[in-house]
Amino acid sequence: MIRTEELLLNVGPQHPSTHGVLRIVVKLDGEVITEATPVIGYLHRGTEKLAESLNYTQIIPYTDRMDYVSAMTNNYVLVHAVEKMMGIEVPERAEFLRLIVMELQRVASHLVWWGTYLLDLGALSPFLFAFKEREMIIDLFNELCGARLTYNYMRVGGVKWDAPPGWIDKVRDFIPHMEKQLKEYERLVSGNEIFLARVRGIGKYDAETAIAYGLSGANLRCTGVKWDLRKNEPYSLYDRFEFDVPVGTNGDCYDRYMIRFEEMRQSLRILKQAVEQFPSSGETMGKVPRAIRPPAGETYVRIESPRGEIGCHIVSKGKAEPYRLKFRRPSFMNLQILPKLLVGETMTNLIAILGGVDIVLGEVDC
Amino acid sequence: MSDWVEQPLSWGNVLIYAVLSVVFLLLILGYVTYAILFERKVLGWMQFRHGPNRLGPWGLFQTVADVLKLLVKEDTIPHKADRALFILAPALCYAPSFAALAIIPYTRELYFADLNVAVVYYAALSSISTIAIVLGGWASNNKYSLLGGMRSAAQMISYEVPLILSIVGTVMMTGSMSLRQIAEAQGNWFWEWNFLPQIIGFGVFIVAAVSELNRSPFDLPEAESELVAGYHTEYSGFRFAFFMLAEYVYMFAIAGLASVLFLGGWHPPAPFLGFIPGIVWMLLKMAFVIFFMFWLRATMPRVRIDQLMGFAWKVLVPLAILNVFVTAVCLELFIKG
Repeated sequence: MIRTEELLLNVGPQHPSTHGVLRIVVKLDGEVITEATPVIGYLHRGTEKLAESLNYTQIIPYTDRMDYVSAMTNNYVLVHAVEKMMGIEVPERAEFLRLIVMELQRVASHLVWWGTYLLDLGALSPFLFAFKEREMIIDLFNELCGARLTYNYMRVGGVKWDAPPGWIDKVRDFIPHMEKQLKEYERLVSGNEIFLARVRGIGKYDAETAIAYGLSGANLRCTGVKWDLRKNEPYSLYDRFEFDVPVGTNGDCYDRYMIRFEEMRQSLRILKQAVEQFPSSGETMGKVPRAIRPPAGETYVRIESPRGEIGCHIVSKGKAEPYRLKFRRPSFMNLQILPKLLVGETMTNLIAILGGVDIVLGEVDC
Repeated sequence: MSDWVEQPLSWGNVLIYAVLSVVFLLLILGYVTYAILFERKVLGWMQFRHGPNRLGPWGLFQTVADVLKLLVKEDTIPHKADRALFILAPALCYAPSFAALAIIPYTRELYFADLNVAVVYYAALSSISTIAIVLGGWASNNKYSLLGGMRSAAQMISYEVPLILSIVGTVMMTGSMSLRQIAEAQGNWFWEWNFLPQIIGFGVFIVAAVSELNRSPFDLPEAESELVAGYHTEYSGFRFAFFMLAEYVYMFAIAGLASVLFLGGWHPPAPFLGFIPGIVWMLLKMAFVIFFMFWLRATMPRVRIDQLMGFAWKVLVPLAILNVFVTAVCLELFIKG
């Protein structure tokens, strides 16, 4: 018998495919993983603790830096929680603007995921294609709020800036362009035999496991569970629009891929309707007291971010600062299933599975 | 060239040969420099970018500067590396790649060696480079390098079999293993070239060759998204440059082999185009093969190691053997019979 030794390999925190500073300690038997332990915390900034000494408006920029690929949805979950506590009415135009930027953000976020996932799988070009289109969305955001990544756009009771003249038309023009590009992406990648061989049947789990691990977003829907908070617990104006919730059947990386791809189309569908119904005039800030002091008590709201269910739990003692602020970060929750998925897989599949879970380290570590 | 080659060996000939080799080495270095630029430009255009365009007109000096940078970079050797092997590996990787070029006939007259076992010679030399890659990966004392080196060994051993088998059909049709005679046997119309009757062999050859070269979509030994940089993770400066050099020189060799074996070598695609010298056609065909590899890199994701091995043994080898069989039957029935 040949004596073989297990190889202990540190994947990350400096590794091209851990999407930031995730570290996975894997035990390898040849190329097969026998044990995997994710080590997190390299990007921990203590957002929740910091928030306890800041007033609510000051916390908004911190949420930008959690899931930095999808800052708009993070903005929304915080302001939405405060609005719910204080019972603030948000003007329709502001709510429309919020919804449009959130859906644009979903497309942008999925584009980043799509590009980097294929980069993980070894295809170079999709990354650059995706970033070209994402750049257009970022330009739109830039015009709207002057920032490309950390927008700090929403406020309790509305949004900080109204859309500049012609902005809505630009969004309207962007939608068909993006639809055309998605078709091309599909032709380039979705049918590629090598790609299919890499993702089909990889990282499989069933609905029960997914729910037991608290997964959400595409990671849950790939098992066939039709759970999308935009449909199931409509917030903002989502109950006014028609869209489908794509679900998978096998619970593998391929289904996750197809769901995210389809979600981009559905977001464009929502955007198309939202742009048509956009009120031509109106306020962008509701009636908000000068000092935002939610009444004593607690509240929890959750919305559908591109990565899953993002929740915000506020405990208020009636002061300008929250007594305790807790975010339920979908990336962190989704990451929990990783050690279970990786055992018995090869190093190559590690990359495919990790990429398929779609984590953003800023959100994992918060 | 052919006059010299056929002459008996003398001191004068050896001197001429040495000088010619050095000239050829310089030409090859020039080729590698511009092949890299070409690759970056092609990739850039396919990805809606410009590619390098800052240094010199049209970015022509970019890779020259890159090579210079690599040459003057600090030469780092990891503390716990096996020093001797670590130093040996890049040279051992590069030397066979250059030696393998000797067999490629560029035109009827321009060639360095007309071996009657040319195909086998190429396979033998390219295996030595594999050993160097495994050595480099192992000597680095880095786990990623080790995995990359091991993958490389498994991959190259698997793919050499279909590579050689795919050529057998061509060799049978010509009745010779000399590349010069194989090229000579093909005609002046493009349908007289070997790639049409040997279409299966050609397909297998291209796939096996891309894999043998460790190029995308078979670039597993240096799969950057999994193994950081694979076997050359710990290499820097000119040692790293030597690995890169070997990779591009092998690409040159494979392009030459593909052109000679399947694409008619120096023959023009139609007789009335014969006024253009053969060397131009040969280089054009090689450039096309090289471009094809860049094109693959821009469009394909990477295959998985187990799928790669399965593909070699379950698909390519049977296909190549089938091709040999079909060629033999056809030759017996239609040509000789």
